Amino acid sequence: SLQFGTPRSVFITSLIPVGTSIMAVEFEGGVVIGADSRTTTGAYIANRVTDKLTPIHERIFCCRSGSAADTQAIADAVTYQLGFHSIELDEAPLVQTAASLFREMCYRYREELMAGIIVAGWDPRRGGQVYTVPVGGMMTRQPVSVGGSGSSYIYGYVDSNYRAGMSKEECLKFTAEALTLAMERDGSSGGVVRLAVVSEQGVERQVILGNQLPKFSTV
Amino acid sequence: MSSIGTGYDLSASTFSPDGRVFQVEYAMKAVENSRSLFCVFGVTEYAVAGLLADARSLSEVSREEASNFRSNYGHDIPLKHLADRVAMYVHAYTLYSAVRPFGCSFILGSYDEDDGPQLYMVDPSGISHGYWGCAIGKAKQAAKTEIEKLQMKEMTCRELVKEVAKIIYIVHDEVKDKAFELELSWVGEGNYWILYSTSITTFLWTSF
Repeated sequence: SLQFGTPRSVFITSLIPVGTSIMAVEFEGGVVIGADSRTTTGAYIANRVTDKLTPIHERIFCCRSGSAADTQAIADAVTYQLGFHSIELDEAPLVQTAASLFREMCYRYREELMAGIIVAGWDPRRGGQVYTVPVGGMMTRQPVSVGGSGSSYIYGYVDSNYRAGMSKEECLKFTAEALTLAMERDGSSGGVVRLAVVSEQGVERQVILGNQLPKFSTV
Repeated sequence: MSSIGTGYDLSASTFSPDGRVFQVEYAMKAVENSRSLFCVFGVTEYAVAGLLADARSLSEVSREEASNFRSNYGHDIPLKHLADRVAMYVHAYTLYSAVRPFGCSFILGSYDEDDGPQLYMVDPSGISHGYWGCAIGKAKQAAKTEIEKLQMKEMTCRELVKEVAKIIYIVHDEVKDKAFELELSWVGEGNYWILYSTSITTFLWTSF
């Protein structure tokens, strides 16, 4: 079964949300988003440096999990719709609008699609926001959201370590550590941790390579 | 009375030699000769002057636009965008000989947290502009003169409601115009109101 990534021809044979750990956190002034970088077809790692953080607009990103083909197609469609909408309004689009567009598509075509998406970004009206659109097509705003198969292993870590009002640096550390833990335990997640900060100032991206990942004690 | 466009005024798809579209101008005259209607939708309100049937049809169009926007994008339509969409729709009816232009002008007002109070007006030619204050109908020139005396940015909604009612009374010509009914409507933080004529007198007396 294929999980995630950039190869052109991809098939799903698995029905479970697959091969990814993604995360997004709101802070005062923006959002921090992160993802692992592994794409697998079965046991083979098709791409070990995948970029799962996709820009939808200047200050709106999405983190993709599930079928690579489905999420790419949806992201392309939403990018087009949002760009058009933004030009019509002559304003930067709202993150909520982007999330609504994702939701419309994911819900309408829920039987055909396998897509778990986290939409996160910054807009001038409401600041940093994170919206989650899991498989099935519901949409809800959350201050912190995790997704993908690796997320199951880190709900406890996230619930116990998240505090409201963290700074940008604290959010980056929190995200990197959570994703590292997910990658440790989930066979379908791994590689490097890709992070991005989206705020009024723009987008700052960074990569944490394998040997630079935070260290946790191993049994 | 302005010139009659003999021969060049039979359809909206004809220009006169001096570059005018007479059908659109005639439509604007329809605005002056008719009365106003208030409709309310959500937290946007409309005031209309002109042919009532055209006005109702147009308000239904704007309701659909607002509803579709909400359904697609997940939040309420910004007033500027709604005014643009209504204006585009009205403009479309000025392009073809198979239809006639709308014989009504449309004022849209709204209040929301992000943009504050907003006011837009659409006329039969399909132009839309944002305003601090505007007037449509027969006595619009006189009303505009009165409006210009107001310091709107420094006044509250309550104060402006009284001023607006006063202006309507001032510009009403006792001799030429027939008896009128005043309907007032205002939209502000958190709510909107419509006041029908039976309550106007009491309201105005207690406010003055």
